[in-house]
Amino acid sequence: MSDFSAPPAVSSPVRPGQIALRWLLFSLLGLFALFYLMPLFVMLTTSLKSLEEIRSGSLVALPREVTFEAWRTAWSEACTGIQCEGLRPYFWNSVLLAVPAVLISTFLGAANGYIIAQWNFRGANLIFSAMLFGCFIPFQVVLLPMARMLGLMGLAGTIPGLIFAHVIYGIGFTTLFFRNFYVTIPGDLVKAAKVDGAGFFRIFWSIFLPLSLPIIVVTVIWQFTQIWNDFLFGVSFSQAGTQPVTVALNNIVNSTTGVKEYNVDMAAAIIAGLPTLLVYVVAGKYFIRGLTAGSVKG
Amino acid sequence: MSPILNIQSLSKNYGAVEILKDVNVAIDPGDFLVLVGPSGCGKSTLLNCIAGLEPISGGSISIDGRDMTQVSPKDRDIAMVFQSYALYPTMTVAKNITFGMKVRGVDAATQARKLAEVARQLQIEPLLDRRPGQLSGGQRQRVAMGRALVRDPKLFLFDEPLSNLDAKLRVSMRSEIKKLHQNLGATMVYVTHDQIEAMTLATKIVVMKGGMVQQIGTPAEIYNHPANLFVADFMGSPAMNLIPARTQRAESGVQIEITRPEGAPMILQGPQVQDLPEDVILGLRPEDIIEAGMRSGASVQAAKCRIDLVEPAGADTYVVSELGGRQVTARLHAETKAQPGAMLDLAFDLAKVSFFAPDTGERLN
Repeated sequence: MSDFSAPPAVSSPVRPGQIALRWLLFSLLGLFALFYLMPLFVMLTTSLKSLEEIRSGSLVALPREVTFEAWRTAWSEACTGIQCEGLRPYFWNSVLLAVPAVLISTFLGAANGYIIAQWNFRGANLIFSAMLFGCFIPFQVVLLPMARMLGLMGLAGTIPGLIFAHVIYGIGFTTLFFRNFYVTIPGDLVKAAKVDGAGFFRIFWSIFLPLSLPIIVVTVIWQFTQIWNDFLFGVSFSQAGTQPVTVALNNIVNSTTGVKEYNVDMAAAIIAGLPTLLVYVVAGKYFIRGLTAGSVKG
Repeated sequence: MSPILNIQSLSKNYGAVEILKDVNVAIDPGDFLVLVGPSGCGKSTLLNCIAGLEPISGGSISIDGRDMTQVSPKDRDIAMVFQSYALYPTMTVAKNITFGMKVRGVDAATQARKLAEVARQLQIEPLLDRRPGQLSGGQRQRVAMGRALVRDPKLFLFDEPLSNLDAKLRVSMRSEIKKLHQNLGATMVYVTHDQIEAMTLATKIVVMKGGMVQQIGTPAEIYNHPANLFVADFMGSPAMNLIPARTQRAESGVQIEITRPEGAPMILQGPQVQDLPEDVILGLRPEDIIEAGMRSGASVQAAKCRIDLVEPAGADTYVVSELGGRQVTARLHAETKAQPGAMLDLAFDLAKVSFFAPDTGERLN
């Protein structure tokens, strides 16, 4: 028993049973990782193959000859219905749609959360409950009323119309995020600022917004993912020329006649999914941190 | 001299719950007013009402002769220090202190001058570029004070500013606040639940309970002439002895009879008091019950008592005896010979005796 001579702080020799357990654990984790990565692998390899190779080779084989032809086609040449401009115009539609919609809904959520959490007015809880309820209304239910609203406002089929729809639908969630964050900030802070002479907006700008980075990141990731990946609003409230990338992707995949160009479809799908992936990579660590950030110590 | 703060028949309700009832307080410039009471007595609410952070339900508050009922906190010319310090977490110490001036549009040169002045006064110059999260509790406390000092207001408000500090730091910050008050000659309103803080700091104390003012007076008045049983029990440590007794009119004063667990009742001669009922509660501070022979005078009378408990406290030794069915504490010299279980001659100095009515708790003399 060599364990006795070792000081307690130094790791003692691991027993064989433990090693086996460790191996089992890691192989299991590896297996799950493989399982999840498999589709991405197939998509990537397929998008880099030529159509010839896809038809002759196996689904999981690596490309014999790497070609970016499919990516070029997907980006600028693939046909969506009668137009053959690739994903590019629709990708920019999505950017023009998602960026303002995310910014506006995040800002409104912050303002709502600030008011509900720190300026206790009569009925604040009722309003908050109503907004929470808004989070759980299924998309399908609001389609017709929203279409009518957009028509009345003259925004039907436009990108601002889509922005409007996404902002309205997103406010419930963004308000919830910010309200729960701001509720943990001591009320004395507002009192101190009031005595210092700061007003409603000054307190929001100078004290609350600078505190909010973690929750802003969470909200931006959440909203960006929701809005970028949305298909239903995109397909319902847009027309030719204003469709977001998700709708265009569907059209590319579904409207081809004759030979199915799997490599182009795969490349297009990856392009359409890339921005949300990028947002996670850039801000992911804040996402985890922000979700768990409960207390802000003064 | 007109009062700088004048509160008249103030009331405050939350729905049907009365938090403050008919509060009347007035203080002069330079006063140090302490609001003291157990938690939930409404003292913090009263302070928030003075600050304008809570709307009042009735009555009036005026500061320097101006009615403040409808005036917002920023226009009341007050500064406030909070129990949680409430420093702005994302701003440096310097920005925390100058925030109020910045909001009010004070020019940068004045801001810098006042900041330097306050930083020197509170010895926080090395901390100016740090953030509140990087400071210790005592340092945060100083910064919070700095934020108030820099404003040079008519009224300083303190909401239990020392209760988050450890015992030692609390005592040193307490004397610093006292020094600050003496040097500035400023008017301060201070909320605490700690009666020692109240006694040491105040020029005027308001004792509160259940939203009602129990007594207003100087520390000496509160200590020597408590207005009722609550004040008598709350102020002072160890608390005032409150002994049930029977009184009888005598030739020159009253004859007080107190039961003892064994032997005949103890008889004391008290001063003349008008209309004293037969049953009273006798209030006597521990320092007015001493060893026989240590103090002389017409008001001092000795009696044998059985000692139940001896508690040495360093400078003094407290002994506990049973009188009138209550635990009674006497304050003896440190080198007393008192032994638990033994009999001892205790002297009762009735010069500062208080009589209370057992039913209403009100003071009778």
